[in-house]
Amino acid sequence: MEARAAAAPQVVAEDLTKRFGSFTAVDGISFRIARGEIMGFLGPNGAGKSTTIRILCGLLRPSGGRAFVAGIDVARDPERVRERIGYMSQKFSLYNDLSVAENLRFFGGVYRVPRAELAERMRFVVHMAGLDGREDALVATLAGGWKQRLALGCAILHRPPILFLDEPTSGVDPASRRRFWDLIHGLAEGGVSVLVSTHYMDEASYCNEIALINQGRLIALGSPGKLKRSALGGELLLVECDKVGAALELLPQAPGVLDVAAFGNALHVLVESAERGLVELPRYLDAKGIDCRNIARIDPTLEDVFVRLVAGGTRGEAPRP
Amino acid sequence: MLTRILQILIKEFIELRRDKWARFRLIVPPLVQLILFGYAATFEVFGVSTAVLDLDHSQESRELLSRFTYSTRFHVVLVAQSERDIERAIDRGDAIVAVVIHPQFANLLRKGQTAPLQVVVDGTNSNSALIALDYVGQIVSGFSRDYAVDLIQRTHPGQQLVQIDLEQRPWFNEDLNSRWFFVPGVIASLTLVLIVNLTSFAIVREREVGTLEQIMVTPIRPIEFIFGKTVPFFLIGLGLVAMIATVGILWFGVPFVGNPLVMLAGTSLFLLSTLALGLLISTLCSTQQQAFATNFFVINPLFTLSGFAFPIASMPTFLQWLTYANPVRYYLVIIRAVFLKGVGFAVLWPEMLALAALAALLLAASIAKFRKSLD
Ligand SMILES: Nc1ncnc2c1ncn2[C@@H]1O[C@H](COP(=O)(O)OP(=O)(O)O)[C@@H](O)[C@H]1O
Ligand SMILES: [Mg+2]
Repeated sequence: MEARAAAAPQVVAEDLTKRFGSFTAVDGISFRIARGEIMGFLGPNGAGKSTTIRILCGLLRPSGGRAFVAGIDVARDPERVRERIGYMSQKFSLYNDLSVAENLRFFGGVYRVPRAELAERMRFVVHMAGLDGREDALVATLAGGWKQRLALGCAILHRPPILFLDEPTSGVDPASRRRFWDLIHGLAEGGVSVLVSTHYMDEASYCNEIALINQGRLIALGSPGKLKRSALGGELLLVECDKVGAALELLPQAPGVLDVAAFGNALHVLVESAERGLVELPRYLDAKGIDCRNIARIDPTLEDVFVRLVAGGTRGEAPRP
Repeated sequence: MLTRILQILIKEFIELRRDKWARFRLIVPPLVQLILFGYAATFEVFGVSTAVLDLDHSQESRELLSRFTYSTRFHVVLVAQSERDIERAIDRGDAIVAVVIHPQFANLLRKGQTAPLQVVVDGTNSNSALIALDYVGQIVSGFSRDYAVDLIQRTHPGQQLVQIDLEQRPWFNEDLNSRWFFVPGVIASLTLVLIVNLTSFAIVREREVGTLEQIMVTPIRPIEFIFGKTVPFFLIGLGLVAMIATVGILWFGVPFVGNPLVMLAGTSLFLLSTLALGLLISTLCSTQQQAFATNFFVINPLFTLSGFAFPIASMPTFLQWLTYANPVRYYLVIIRAVFLKGVGFAVLWPEMLALAALAALLLAASIAKFRKSLD
């Protein structure tokens, strides 16, 4: 298997399960990540994303199922996995009381990056993080975006073929988030397999593959486009009207309506056919004494997909970060 | 393996160098403690506030009281006129000891009868009271002996009174200087407190901040982490012992008659067991606050059951048994012996062996527990 590592999936999770006492945090998750692929883990807080990633890094022993990273069974040989992976934990975890260069030198030394190469790689990482000239600054004095990019830099210093990034962009301003995703794309183009978790649904479009996770279960797996097309099982209409509460109650009984969810002041209505819905829904609402100000066909977002898949009949606010 | 340990060591020393506050905590409190202990922790009592009342007004009574006046142990703060004065002085705490000579004191003495002397002691601080009472006894017996000799020589000239002088000569600490006894003890207790705290905090902090998790996905193995993390504290511990010992020797004049190598061996074993203890505590705690509380509960009994302040021989049998599991107990024996007696391995091997066994046991347990705590 290792001999064909380039062609074989770099990460394989088979029916992974993790129980903490009687609580099941990860419940039979399976997926694969190919070389150079970016897999996004999407799900609300507490979904089990971090726990899955920590199993794959060898930090937690799975209660059931198997995990292979770079062809190595993680539970059996975690030590051998470590040199082949880079990991950014959810919590920023570089040494705050060391300088940028000292942190890099520490991790470079720990991974035994050859001395001759270390200086060159450090320069690359510092440049990538936008920290040129600040090599001697204490990490504690850096702002969020720089810290995160430096943490990524420390994780790739030893050029691992596989990267696990646990909510790397949380708490970072949008501009820094974009820049961070550019870096990840650059790495993936170089052949690195990336597993990145996030609870920002809008970041999903940056990924090649998406795993939607809720309450420890994998509820959908596929490319963003495929998920939007197929997982919804219908077409989406945006409805703006008065008496939103009443409309939310009434619309599910309307003909051809599959699901309704509130998004702020508007409603997202899943219908069997958009064409028919555009005509019928305003009439239906009018008959109930609700004024429909605007109705339009929209492209579903992953948030819609998520709400539809999670709710499964229980309608309500979409989980927001 | 060595390169990784070296990396951790470099990192630890950079962090330590940068942490000025840590350096302050490392050096100043131990010195302050040592100096406080050195001056305050003494079994001797000088200048006890004393009130005297002479109701006899005889030559003998004046002679006896003058012995109190001239003693450095007592400081006569009140020459009272009535028993009520005495009561008030004791009640208000002006005097800790009162000596009352009743009428007829001289008369009884001259007849060769027992003459009572009333001594009132404020027992609030029973320790100093007992010590003061002992001094009173010494003065009075000195007085009566001299009086008896005098009487016999006057009534039966030429006759000798057989006298027995109990000559106390403690070995090794000839003047029973309690400072000599305490300074080695301070070394043991300060080392215990500092090393257990430093080690447990340093590791718990990495756990709390999250850097431990980052470390654990690198090729660093748990044993390498433990090694890199504890070696600096071992060196700090050695420096600390050297510093306190030097101050004790130069400032308090505590003699050091033993072999520094014996001291080094004992200290190393003791440091290993305290490092292990800190490591063990770090596996039980996920925040520095928990570590602080746990340290408190661990260090106090170790201190109490060490023989530093309370003699082990006077403890109930059960507690005496417990002291055998206490590394501080052995280290105290070793360090006092090295300081004051100058004995070596030939005498101290049982303590060394016990300490080595305890250190090995604690280290093995804490390393095993630490590896488990990472899962
Ligand atoms: N060590 C643990 N012990 C007990 N429960 C845990 C532990 N780690 C995580 N959990 C629980 O497992 C669930 C999933 O957590 P996590 O994987 O961190 O979710 P996410 O990263 O998706 O927000 C949460 O409910 C969390 O409370
Ligand atoms: Mg998480």
